[in-house]
Amino acid sequence: MPETTYTADEMMTVAAARMLRNGTVCFVGIGLPSAAANVARLTHAPDVVLIYESGPIATKPTVLPLSIGDGELSETAETVVSIPEMFSYWLQGGRIDFGFLGAAQIDRFANINTTVIGDYHKPKTRLPGAGGAPEIAASSKEVLITLRQNKRAFVNTLDFMTSAGHFEGGDSRKRLGLPGKGPTAVITDLCMMLPDPETKELTLSSLHPGITVDKVMENTGWPLKVAPKVATTEPPTATELQILRDLNERTARAHAGQA
Amino acid sequence: MALEGFTHLIPSAAGHEIIRQGRRDLTLIRMTPDLIYDQLIGAGCTAKLQFSWGGNPGVGSLHRLRDAVENNWPRPLALEEHAHAGMAAAYAAGASNLPFGLLRGYVGSDLPKYNPNIKFIECPFTGERLAAIPAIRPDVTVIHAQKADRKGNVLLWGVVGVQKEAVMGAKHAIVTVEEIVDKLDSPPNALVLPTWVVSAVCQVKGGAFPSYAQGYYPRNNAFYKRWDNISRERESFTAWIDRHILGTKNFDEFRRSMEEAANA
Repeated sequence: MPETTYTADEMMTVAAARMLRNGTVCFVGIGLPSAAANVARLTHAPDVVLIYESGPIATKPTVLPLSIGDGELSETAETVVSIPEMFSYWLQGGRIDFGFLGAAQIDRFANINTTVIGDYHKPKTRLPGAGGAPEIAASSKEVLITLRQNKRAFVNTLDFMTSAGHFEGGDSRKRLGLPGKGPTAVITDLCMMLPDPETKELTLSSLHPGITVDKVMENTGWPLKVAPKVATTEPPTATELQILRDLNERTARAHAGQA
Repeated sequence: MALEGFTHLIPSAAGHEIIRQGRRDLTLIRMTPDLIYDQLIGAGCTAKLQFSWGGNPGVGSLHRLRDAVENNWPRPLALEEHAHAGMAAAYAAGASNLPFGLLRGYVGSDLPKYNPNIKFIECPFTGERLAAIPAIRPDVTVIHAQKADRKGNVLLWGVVGVQKEAVMGAKHAIVTVEEIVDKLDSPPNALVLPTWVVSAVCQVKGGAFPSYAQGYYPRNNAFYKRWDNISRERESFTAWIDRHILGTKNFDEFRRSMEEAANA
């Protein structure tokens, strides 16, 4: 294969896409998760069922939606359900294999914050809030999380726990009574981390090509555990890159135009 | 009051009119505040917001919401914050005339620590701990829909969000529509709100701008991106409201003023 250059974001999206198994049902968050889920659908997982919280089920958008409820999603869906039905019958009902989420902050047990930076009542930054995330994180059989890695995002202590991942580690999530397994992978622009089977603490398991352990450490707000054998992530293939770039280009064209 | 519409069919024209009429001290309920509540908050109409996700979808922050929460501008804003599943259950409870909505939710989240309206009860059959949220019963709900017939029966389709629940749970429901037709011609299970659950229907063509009305016009994603600049500073926001909302008499004039600005 010829030498291909790609960006860290492209590596992240492709690595996240590969985690989504064909034939599964995925509840998709907007932004990075949506890009990854659609790359998966357009590459190795043509039979993945994509569900967005606005109601579209088995949607096959040709361009990435800007919002969680763009017309593109409902027009290409097999059916569209109401919001109460989506959250009660489909998510709470246990129909979702993968919840695919982003985050503003994440901690070592893959708990996530999308609510505030700083104190809740006097926030430094008011973030959008929970949306569907707490129940997606709770009720999906597995959760994938994708976000860019830096010390502002990967923090020792969350300013606010919006959605529980592995909570306090060990079997604490199970003891809370949350139905799903919780986060099974965190995919960033630098690496992939998996929860330790016992402690549930995130462990560096695969470095993207050219990234060092030190670089990951510099961008993590706690002393990150490192697996005994750290793999190197397969770089994006020419096909994966082509599909991602075409998708991004179609999307940019579709979202341009007069305001 | 609740102005509902999940990304799709957002009753923006109705929101503008509330600003024009200078309404104050409103408690606004909406799952996704979107640009419409950013405008109502920045224009000083809003005392309290009940919501579950307050961003500019795919773009970033709602700057007016943030300025109100972070700096009390133009006035302090009380928040009652939920997750989508909780709001959806609470709307369904309102429509069902039940005291609260029930869900398996909020477990492990910090939200219940900051919102006394999220409580937990024990299932009398299994002992499972479940979340309970007070039913949402708005004094007034406003939604936008595609069509109404001359009797006032309303038809909507596509992403229909919680509009049916928000209407059925409200004391009064106002619907703006793209068009009024002789016959709805809807299939038997279509989402039709019969005229007798609706207080008033008003035709406001294009009234969901910059969101969309499926079958009529697409979401104006470019305007959502532009709103980030308009709303970022108090001065540019106020100038926009003064020119396009307070400086216009109705939605048609609003549309003309937007076109003039675009062509200038």
